[in-house]
Amino acid sequence: MKMATKTFKRPDGRKADEIRPMQAKVGIVPNADGSALFSFGDTIAIAAVYGPKKMHPQHQQDPEKGTLRCRYNMLSFSVDDRIRPGPSRRSTEISKITEWALEPSLLIKRYPNMVVDVHVNILQANASTRCAGINAASMALAHAGIPMKNIVSSVSIGKLDKNLVVDLDKEEEDFKEGEGSTDIPITMTPKGEVTHIQLDGRITKEQLKEAIELARKSTKEIYEVQKKALKESITT
Amino acid sequence: METTRITGERIKEYLEKGKRFDGRKPEEFREISVETGVSKKAEGSARVKIGKTEVIVGVKLNVTEPYPDSPNKGNLMVTSELLPLSSGRFEYGPPRFPAIELGRLIDRAIRESKFIQLEKLCIKEGEKVWGVFIDIYSINDDGNLIDAAGLGAIIALKTAKLPEYDEKNEKVIYGKLTNKKVPVSKEIPIVVTTHKIGDGIIVDPTIEEEDVSEARITVGGSVEGSLFSIQKGKSKEITIEDFNKILDVSEKTRKKVFSSIEKSLK
Amino acid sequence: MESKTKNKIERQVVIPGEVITKGEDYLPGEGTEKVGDEIIAIRYGLAEESNRLVRVISLSGIYEPRKGNLVIGKVENITFYGWVIDLDSPETSFLHLQEVPKYINKGGLNEVLDIGDMVVAKVLDITSRGIDLTIKSRGLGKIDEGIIIKVNSNKVPRIIGKGGSMINTIKEESECNITVGQNGLIWIKGNNVEDELLVKKAIMFVAEKSFMHGLTDELKEWFKKEKEKK
Repeated sequence: MKMATKTFKRPDGRKADEIRPMQAKVGIVPNADGSALFSFGDTIAIAAVYGPKKMHPQHQQDPEKGTLRCRYNMLSFSVDDRIRPGPSRRSTEISKITEWALEPSLLIKRYPNMVVDVHVNILQANASTRCAGINAASMALAHAGIPMKNIVSSVSIGKLDKNLVVDLDKEEEDFKEGEGSTDIPITMTPKGEVTHIQLDGRITKEQLKEAIELARKSTKEIYEVQKKALKESITT
Repeated sequence: METTRITGERIKEYLEKGKRFDGRKPEEFREISVETGVSKKAEGSARVKIGKTEVIVGVKLNVTEPYPDSPNKGNLMVTSELLPLSSGRFEYGPPRFPAIELGRLIDRAIRESKFIQLEKLCIKEGEKVWGVFIDIYSINDDGNLIDAAGLGAIIALKTAKLPEYDEKNEKVIYGKLTNKKVPVSKEIPIVVTTHKIGDGIIVDPTIEEEDVSEARITVGGSVEGSLFSIQKGKSKEITIEDFNKILDVSEKTRKKVFSSIEKSLK
Repeated sequence: MESKTKNKIERQVVIPGEVITKGEDYLPGEGTEKVGDEIIAIRYGLAEESNRLVRVISLSGIYEPRKGNLVIGKVENITFYGWVIDLDSPETSFLHLQEVPKYINKGGLNEVLDIGDMVVAKVLDITSRGIDLTIKSRGLGKIDEGIIIKVNSNKVPRIIGKGGSMINTIKEESECNITVGQNGLIWIKGNNVEDELLVKKAIMFVAEKSFMHGLTDELKEWFKKEKEKK
């Protein structure tokens, strides 16, 4: 497997397959049915789950199964240039992506006409916010007692010029040398099934396959962090 | 579920004896905890917890044109969002009245007290000034978001620093903070909301107490004794006697709250 | 090939997707699913085994109503035929006129139960429309006074305890009447507010330490300390 060459130096000195220090915690919002925080270095996401509950408005109810509804939102001061509060096209798209990333694992067929609301908020952004959000949301859903096949784990794989790296930060997102920066956020189940993948940049099919292999390894690491946070929150 | 009527009766009954469900006295605040610098991209930020209630406030600065009626002063804008994350009662969507009111209450206390020395934020009169944005977010609502927001705002402001400004290229260099703090006055506005439940008067209600509160008065004032902003909320009337008592309670509580957060204001 | 000895299942915290055990020795119970020859957790909680049945005890999640459940709810709405009751759960529940042990005039429903009133009821039936309630038996009906608290419905078995041991301890120590709804709403009525608040504190104590061993003894210790404080 070809990865970043030994001579390639990441801006912050990390190894090619090194994820930034992660932090994971559940139960951070007492009011919520389930909640969690997840961070990749300076990117911090919090998620809260409310539900299952009756779906409003009524016309959005699905009589055959429960509905998952995700909302991704960045706090105005989470980035350098203040974001005007309110939804944007980007946040609307990421909300849907988050839904699609989480949905395959949920067993909510048994909750017709109900909705599970997941609110993801980014407190501080240094790239990979949607991945941090999905990781927090996944933990929050488990914490809320939602029946699930498994939790999912998300990471961004990057290509800086021709070198593949794991967990892009903002500086790397803005990388301009050679072929520039390519961003590939991927979400996987513990079994390696892909529930979400996006690509932004320029890459060959072969390298993309390598990137997915890299993601497989990294999401396993992330899964262990999420699992630990969930387990440690219950004292026996 | 909103606090039930029968629990509400008990709350009132107990309050008549001067007692509250969590053992506090009527004029006692829950434990206040403060963390600063919680969001690195903000020029100043604070997380304030009052009991289980939590808010995060961030200060962002930009360089922009002044408002036409204040050509030599910086701009100030305070917004607030009651995130659906923080309570099952908050719905997704554009801000509704409670969020709008909260933002405006904190705005008035800060603006009228002239806490931020806006004249010192003028770069070029009539053309360029610093704009100060204070954004308030609720993270968990267990009552008294207003007072938590007020504390968060002043603490975030007190710790906020100006970013570097490249005058030649007319660009703010975010991520590079100067050592210049956002200019603030010595007189600090503290917002304390007092509630009337039955015949009792309390401060810092839990969500249960807020549910049964019949009237509330939010007072923004300084420990030096000046009052900057007042707003009565909710639908019940209060007597002048009550109002005077509330002013006294606000004054006493303001001083206690100030001393508990003094460290974070240094 | 079948194993001759059963692999013992330790009580352990599991997350969805974790394999609790493999093989043919055990059966999948609540909160688990059998996939191939593996029993996998589908909820976050404590996995435990008894009588060959492996299940996951959750501490979170919604109330799943069962026929015969005692529940506590709030009157949300009054229709021509009865009352819509809010059990703080996603399903709609309804108390029909006929399920009240009293003759009621078609205009007089609000005199029996008005909007905002709290009621102790039993689950009569669960249909696709929702939950049907009754207040026809003894001990059911409108709640006159007291405190209502809410805990997650999954913690109710722990609060009641084996054979009622936990809740009975709380009742004895506080001398209060306590009605625990399976939906997580609990009604406390005592001789004074202090006793009622002591019960509230005790229940929150049990709810927080749900998974700990020896909780009943810890609770007794806790009561001793609380009473010394007075």
